[in-house]
Amino acid sequence: MTHIKTLNTKRLQNTVAKGGCGECQTSCQSACKTSCTVANQACENK
Amino acid sequence: MIHKYSFNGMFIVLDVNSGAVHIVDELVYDILDYYRELDTDEIVKKLSDKYGEDEIKGGIKELDELVEQRMLFVPDTYSAVVPFVNKREPVVKALCLHIAHDCNLKCKYCFAEEGEYHGKRELMSAEVGKKAIDMLIKASGARKNLEIDFFGGEPLMNFDVVKEIVEYARGLEKQHNKNFRFTITTNGILLDDEKLDYINKNMHNLVLSIDGRKEINDMMRPRAGGQGSYDTIVPKFQKAAESRNQTDYYVRGTFTRHNLDFSEDVMHLADLGFKQISVEPVVADLSEDYAIRESDLPAIFKEYENLTNKIKQRRENGQWFNFFHFMIDLTGGPCVIKRLVGCGSGTEYLAVAPSGDLYPCHQFVGRPEFKMGTVDTGVTNTDIRGRFENCNVYNKPACKECWARFYCSGGCVANSYNTHGDLISPYEIGCEMQRKRIECAIYLKACEE
Repeated sequence: MTHIKTLNTKRLQNTVAKGGCGECQTSCQSACKTSCTVANQACENK
Repeated sequence: MIHKYSFNGMFIVLDVNSGAVHIVDELVYDILDYYRELDTDEIVKKLSDKYGEDEIKGGIKELDELVEQRMLFVPDTYSAVVPFVNKREPVVKALCLHIAHDCNLKCKYCFAEEGEYHGKRELMSAEVGKKAIDMLIKASGARKNLEIDFFGGEPLMNFDVVKEIVEYARGLEKQHNKNFRFTITTNGILLDDEKLDYINKNMHNLVLSIDGRKEINDMMRPRAGGQGSYDTIVPKFQKAAESRNQTDYYVRGTFTRHNLDFSEDVMHLADLGFKQISVEPVVADLSEDYAIRESDLPAIFKEYENLTNKIKQRRENGQWFNFFHFMIDLTGGPCVIKRLVGCGSGTEYLAVAPSGDLYPCHQFVGRPEFKMGTVDTGVTNTDIRGRFENCNVYNKPACKECWARFYCSGGCVANSYNTHGDLISPYEIGCEMQRKRIECAIYLKACEE
């Protein structure tokens, strides 16, 4: 492609099947006590 | 659904439902204004003043390929997942232990009302703490990784109990096949070498509260007598950060409308040598003079852009530091189910008051209408749990149309309640800031690619 560069090839729709194990960190336990930030949590089920 | 924006001349396109992020040229950026509505000939006509026909057709072809590869305009089919998520056996995997409803600072913006949380000054007993651990183990089902956050008030005011709870939990790990991860949040006043040593040996994460520049920190975070806390805490925090090899900790600050130039505070913390920095907007009633108002948003957006440029410059000069609210994992972030349900407050995550009463999260502690049970009984108020279980992005009307829904997962429920009196109407000012942070975070990532 000459006009488009895709940064990530991971597709969210592919995480449905194996997702939801719940082992990842609770977002407020990191450094956020008043503004929810979920997308920076690491997956523990890779 | 897509979201497109430009930042410093870079054209960025997010595909909301696949999570794909594309950096495009101006041609494709322009084509996307019409791509879904018009056919190729019409798009060529629309853009013929600016681009040649072959060029436009080439751009359209590349977009067609992305659609085919399911990385652009992917439909949202995740609402079908929600019933399955809600059918899961409820488990609790994280507790915020309010180890001390007392504090040695008088921070003006404290949602804990200087540690007391709408109640009286109180310290958690070791007995209550241990019962909380027992309850967590019992309620956690098959989950292995369990989290305990020692919170307050100021937890170091009750540190012997913290240690007793840690030892107790560690003693149960093997038997129950659990892995406890401890976090402690402190204002640093009582932090000394002995406590730091214990924390480093036992705590997975350490959150150190400081707002940034001395005058900013001391204005909002005074001691009881009115004098500032900055000079006392900075050397201790620097030592703590170094002793943890600059990882697994955060210096965490709050900015208010008194320091809308908060990028200066972030940079000040970086200049002090901290590599893990979090500074987030205050949440406060609009009657407070320091509360962020809608009219402050343009200045805040500009400031997040300033911060982005400063971080970029530092990183290019080899002076890397991490800013928590710009962290984004484009390659291995959370699964879509996590993104649907968010922080887990009231379900997977509960707060425990010093008395042993259970609440949906630290921000609801002390509100009797949200009491969910006790450490003796576990969760008994399943009605409240049900209300929090239903807090997913599909039950929040404002989120359905928002491109950022899979990054913030519908935002903070406590903020919704504080602003609107319900659990599903997002705090709009918070949403605006969140969207801006995501744009900045993705731009920074793109610069590093």
